Amino acid sequence: MTSLPNLKKRWGRPQVQRRLRRRYIYERIFRMLGLAAIGVAGLALATLIVSVGKNAFGGFVQTSIDVDIYLNPEDLRPSSARYRHDFAERVESADMRKLLADALERQFPDIDTDSERRRALQLFSLQARRTLRDYITATPEKIGQTVRMRLLASDDVDQVVKGNIDPRVPESDRRVKDKELAWLAALRADGRISRQLSTTFFTGGDSREPEIAGIFGAIIGSVLTLLVTLLTAFPIGTLAAIYLEEFSPQNRLTAFIEVNINNLAAVPSIVFGLLGLSLFLSILELPRSSPLVGGLTLALMTLPTIIIASRASLRAVPQGLRTAAQGLGASPMQVVFHHVVPSAMPGILTGTIIGLSRGLGETAPLLMIGMVAFVVSTPNALTDAATVLPVQIFLWADSPERAFVEKTSAAILVLLGFLLAVNALAVWLRQRFEVHIPD
Amino acid sequence: MTMATVQTPPKISAQGVNVFYGDTHAVDNVSLDLYQDEVTALIGPSGCGKSTFLRCLNRMNDTIADCRVSGQILLDDEDIYASQIDVVQLRARVGMVFQKPNPFPKSIYDNVAYGPRIHGLADTREDLDEIVAVSLEKAGLWDEVKDRLDHLGTTLSGGQQQRLCIARAIAIDPEVILMDEPCSALDPIATAKVEALIEELKGGYAIILVTHSMQQAARISQKTAFFHLGQLIEFGDTTQIFTSPTSGRTRDYITGRLV
Repeated sequence: MTSLPNLKKRWGRPQVQRRLRRRYIYERIFRMLGLAAIGVAGLALATLIVSVGKNAFGGFVQTSIDVDIYLNPEDLRPSSARYRHDFAERVESADMRKLLADALERQFPDIDTDSERRRALQLFSLQARRTLRDYITATPEKIGQTVRMRLLASDDVDQVVKGNIDPRVPESDRRVKDKELAWLAALRADGRISRQLSTTFFTGGDSREPEIAGIFGAIIGSVLTLLVTLLTAFPIGTLAAIYLEEFSPQNRLTAFIEVNINNLAAVPSIVFGLLGLSLFLSILELPRSSPLVGGLTLALMTLPTIIIASRASLRAVPQGLRTAAQGLGASPMQVVFHHVVPSAMPGILTGTIIGLSRGLGETAPLLMIGMVAFVVSTPNALTDAATVLPVQIFLWADSPERAFVEKTSAAILVLLGFLLAVNALAVWLRQRFEVHIPD
Repeated sequence: MTMATVQTPPKISAQGVNVFYGDTHAVDNVSLDLYQDEVTALIGPSGCGKSTFLRCLNRMNDTIADCRVSGQILLDDEDIYASQIDVVQLRARVGMVFQKPNPFPKSIYDNVAYGPRIHGLADTREDLDEIVAVSLEKAGLWDEVKDRLDHLGTTLSGGQQQRLCIARAIAIDPEVILMDEPCSALDPIATAKVEALIEELKGGYAIILVTHSMQQAARISQKTAFFHLGQLIEFGDTTQIFTSPTSGRTRDYITGRLV
């Protein structure tokens, strides 16, 4: 054996000191890079929240106009042509536009042509006439009196009030003309313009009119769709993972299947949409645009994620746990379901929820199976036509009305809220099921 | 003592056992008789095949993909590798304690109750309570844990965990207990407790103990088998093996010269 060179002497060399200093410098640089990375990520997040949040606030509130309406009995009398005994039907057939237009004419004496009457009426949402009609039906004793009513303004008025329409733009390039701006200025001076939290946004379905468009239908659609996804992808995914990890022989076939599952996880989601289209709509002829088909399609997309995450967490279960149970005479199934799966549960659930939250935010595959349709009603069954939150956002983002910009942001905020809730659920479930296993 | 055991038939009789891991010949033609009410120590350097042989006795090697076993192992004159043998039932008769304590991440109570539960050995709740209590008592753990049976088994100390594993094993009343270096992960005090426990348990079970500690083998076993390079070099009464071994290799090993 040869002896070591004189290391004592080498320790004293200046290179050793330099090397040490350099190592400290690298360490500091690495830490600063790490901080910078976190800073960039934080900045991006803050930008998203600020930009969406700024617009979203407007999406949650809606402008109303107070107007004095004379409930003229003349106008509510049955017309000779369509005589109705029933009061409700009589109100139904009465011309609410006339009541409203008359009220506006009293408000603005400068209205004198029919076209101006029409333009004045357009200050209000279509919803305003429905509100008026419902009011008369509910309180017939007010007929003959003048009542002050708070009626929903049109989306254009709403945008003016929120300052989203610049009055300095030449009149011809503006949806709201000078005349209307003057009326609005007068109403505002009169204290007749107010803004309220829009309950319709949370309770209504989609609409062509931004001021009465809501996300409730989309929320219910999303919930039903994800329910279908969960109920199909979770059992299939976990059972596949358990079989592949705990029971299947290790051979070329299982290796091939494993490679394919891993590849499927990286397939663009729209491809799963095409698969869903041909499988569920063309072959099985399930109802188009329904949460059932949407959920099944998202389940196809989510399966690889769930299988991969479940397999990884099954693999992480210490072997000692399996041998302990086997040593007591537990059958392979008892080993797996009494010990391995419960220990792997936090990981399995996390994988499932990651898959589901990806499904919650997915648009592309749902476009392929027709969930992009304009659906006003809230779905009551899995086979009803429905839309989901991200598709609703996509549709609104595509709409020309300026007011839909706010609605889009507001819906994004709601979607982010749901994602946050789902992820919080994942964290909670993880902690709930976490058991400490010595390895 | 030797005379007394010779007349009873062996509990386990291994005849010409060979084990292969792929191309590796891990156990080479081992024949060995193991008796009821005795502790048999299997000693030998690392990789000599003693643990592999031990794992043949309850067919734990079955779970290893490329492991092949040939030869005969008779448990009460019944070949445990015969096709009609139910491995699950076999493992209920031949219990096992592992090198590293491996309690289930469940309560102390559920750890011990698991075996009786899956085999349907307890008729009532009180019955199960009693099985758990007696098993823990036999394992010398009852006084330490009786007030916290609902605590996780994994929160106990290493030595307590290993005794919990022994309690879990004896709760299904096995005939044979295999112990694969049960004290190698424990400190000396815990080791002493487990050793005392093994001595107390030997009446009623055939205990086969793999150990790296010469002192442990000498202290608590009645028979000792010395393995080297997959072969059984020498097998006999512990006192004889440790005082007058017939093989030179055995002598070298127990005196620390053979590694």
